[in-house]
Amino acid sequence: MAQVVTTSKLEKWGGGNSPFRVSWGKLMMWIFLLSDAFTFSALLIAYGALRFSSVAAPVFKIPFGTDLHHKFGHFIETMQHKGIFTPNTWPAPDLVFNHLPFAHGIHLPLIFVSIMTFILIFSSVTMVLAVEAGQRMQKSEVSKYMLMTIVGGFAFLGCQAWEWTQFITEGASLTSNPFGVPDFAAFFFVVTGFHGFHVFSGVVLNIIIYLMNLRSAFDKRGHYEMVEKVGLYWHFVDLVWVFVFTFFYLI
Amino acid sequence: MSAHAEYKESFVSKYIFSRDHKMISKQFLITGIVMGVIGMTMSILFRLQLAYPDTSFPILEWLFGKWAPGGKLDPGYYMALVTIHGTIMVFWVLTAGLSGTFANLLIPLQVGARDMASPTLNMLSYWFFFLSTLVLMSSFFVQTGPASGGWTVYPPLSALPQAMAGSGLGMTLWLSSIVLFIISQLMAGINYISTILNMRTKGMSMSRLPLTVWALLFTAIVGLLSFPVLLSGGLFLMFDRLAGTSFYLSDIYLSGVGALEHSGGSPILFQHLFWFLGHPEVYIIIMPALGIASEVISVNSRKPIFGYRAMVISLLGISFLSFIVWGHHMFITGMNPFLGTVFLITTLIIAVPSAVKVFNYLATLWRGNLRFTNGMMFAIGLVSLFISGGLTGIWLGNATLDIQLHDTYFVVAHFHIVMGASAIFGMLAGIYHWYPRMFGRLMNKPLGYIHFWLTFISAYLVFFPMHFMGLAGVPRRYYQFTLLPEYGIWMDVNVLITIAAIIGGVAQLIFIYNFFSSMFIGEKSPQNPWRSNTLEWTSPIEGIHGNWEGELPTVYRWAYDYSKPGEEDDYILQTVPDEGQINPLVSPLMDPVPDGEKIEDVSVSFSILLKRWFGFNRGVA
Repeated sequence: MAQVVTTSKLEKWGGGNSPFRVSWGKLMMWIFLLSDAFTFSALLIAYGALRFSSVAAPVFKIPFGTDLHHKFGHFIETMQHKGIFTPNTWPAPDLVFNHLPFAHGIHLPLIFVSIMTFILIFSSVTMVLAVEAGQRMQKSEVSKYMLMTIVGGFAFLGCQAWEWTQFITEGASLTSNPFGVPDFAAFFFVVTGFHGFHVFSGVVLNIIIYLMNLRSAFDKRGHYEMVEKVGLYWHFVDLVWVFVFTFFYLI
Repeated sequence: MSAHAEYKESFVSKYIFSRDHKMISKQFLITGIVMGVIGMTMSILFRLQLAYPDTSFPILEWLFGKWAPGGKLDPGYYMALVTIHGTIMVFWVLTAGLSGTFANLLIPLQVGARDMASPTLNMLSYWFFFLSTLVLMSSFFVQTGPASGGWTVYPPLSALPQAMAGSGLGMTLWLSSIVLFIISQLMAGINYISTILNMRTKGMSMSRLPLTVWALLFTAIVGLLSFPVLLSGGLFLMFDRLAGTSFYLSDIYLSGVGALEHSGGSPILFQHLFWFLGHPEVYIIIMPALGIASEVISVNSRKPIFGYRAMVISLLGISFLSFIVWGHHMFITGMNPFLGTVFLITTLIIAVPSAVKVFNYLATLWRGNLRFTNGMMFAIGLVSLFISGGLTGIWLGNATLDIQLHDTYFVVAHFHIVMGASAIFGMLAGIYHWYPRMFGRLMNKPLGYIHFWLTFISAYLVFFPMHFMGLAGVPRRYYQFTLLPEYGIWMDVNVLITIAAIIGGVAQLIFIYNFFSSMFIGEKSPQNPWRSNTLEWTSPIEGIHGNWEGELPTVYRWAYDYSKPGEEDDYILQTVPDEGQINPLVSPLMDPVPDGEKIEDVSVSFSILLKRWFGFNRGVA
């Protein structure tokens, strides 16, 4: 094996073949992802630039699981009154994103977004399994795992819709934010929206792959490379979410 | 792809939605030329205003109606012309028109591929570009007129639709067209890179690539990594404009409107995002021109290019450095002086690879057997302009000098010479040189000389005096200087510049006539009119679908075997086998590592990699 690799090192840049031993299609996907990484980097660095030029809100700790309604009455108004949420400070994310469906009013910071993140990462796992099944040319397994990936993608988008709805009903919009500076909400909607658009595109691609596979398109071609290419995109979207998550929820 | 014999194409699939890279290249070129003429006409219009601010030109009122009341350009419209001139020239002509044309034409032909990796994506790339052209030009037909805040579209002017007429719908159209343009560039760049990496024919190692292809490769990489940042910046700007967000807007008061509801944003943020594209962009513009010059100068000096390896490494150096110098556009934004110093240093370092390239051109010309073809004239013109403009870059890169010279005519002079005129000269050199390859005919040579001399002289006459105006502190983008005596004394110079610009414009009409008429009445070109080594001249001159009949050519040598001692001809095609080489197909290295030998030491494998990439192979002497 080592010998094969060594010889190819000499020959692979010599023309007449692919230096990375990948088809041009897969190479294009890699190059596109590199470019898209710069798009997201710019968004997140812009976020960071404004974040660090703003004043952070005073630290205010609430014990995990506190009944907010019981303790603070109207939570947002109380916090505004206490000077924790002011129009000139950058809010602490764990006081903003502390809701969970069916547990309203309980302080559960970042639990919901952790579930979202887990769903998206799990859909990456099923995508890996689909790619692996494709390499073994197991059509029905590919279908099964692609379906799971699609469900995971929709579940993530659904969670995002719920979280947006929650944030909006609390009074946030592109130009207003009851928790702190308006730019916090504007960045949140634009960047997670841009990411959500990528996830949505990925789900559409996954559905196309799923339907193509149902019609045995890849069996007829003799390879499942399309699954791999879309898989690369899906993992990228997943990876970007890890950064979006870190920037918006953890820091 | 052996199907080209029975390949059927209708008018639409051949001339409009063509997937053939040669046709797409012509589409890019002709769109680029049309946009170039529009951009140039705009420049002549606003030059007329600067030279004759009190004269009425009734034709202007006839042409532009309310934008030129009484035959005199409206100040807002003057700014719109300046803005759209810059936008068109930077993006539409010198990015898409230059890279789009020559990357499409030369990459498949010079690496020995049947077509681009993905012809469909390539077609889409052109049509997105075309769509972006329509959107941009449509802004001339909206009530508030085109964007007029300068091609850099700095907020808050660009972020507040109510700030002035040009910040209205015209600005939205500008942004939309740029988004379409970036999508087009992305599709094109992905295609160029994967074609160069994956589709090289047998024996075409990286070290045997012509320098044009190297230049186009680095251009595509730089574009691929910088345009997305403008996309993000444009996205925020779009939200600021349309949704009232405050990414770029802080507390602001608008006269006649009052205090606005914005807070917390930073207009400087946009400048960072913009110039992270904006600076690499100037190398996206100049690198293909430099690549074309390398090829044209070497062919017409009948000498191998001097320092092939240094040329590639300098392109790499320029590409890398281009990403870390953007701050030199922002010295006067209140930037931390330490940061300014960092940007100053990186900026001055870029002079090193640029100078390497210039010296290599000069060394290639030195004692060469020069043939002054039209292409060669323009390539030498490029070298001249690149030196003249590059020297003032060293001035402007210094933060201390830049604070004085910022936003004066000195800057206008600098960048028009170093990237405007010099890249146009590269483009024209490429057009004259590869015209036979595109259309199978030669362009008229005497007309080409007239075109060259008029363009060359007028380029210097237009831009050289601007240095002095800038040193005297005359600011750019002013509508008229008559009211300010300290600037009014430059009126004679302004008249000179305008007259030179009109002469330069007329010279381009000669070129346009030559370009279009030669398609029909030009002399038929022989197979290899310039006696050149590269692969594109081995493909049938009629330009068949799939580029080569039968097998793809095999490459045995680098692209620059000109005037090799002991050879009959002064050129040797890359496809000619070289007996002196040790099995060149298997190991095109100068000192190959024996097959099967393990490369364990990282440094050894790294040095082999470097040699593989940058080492050139001229065979065993």
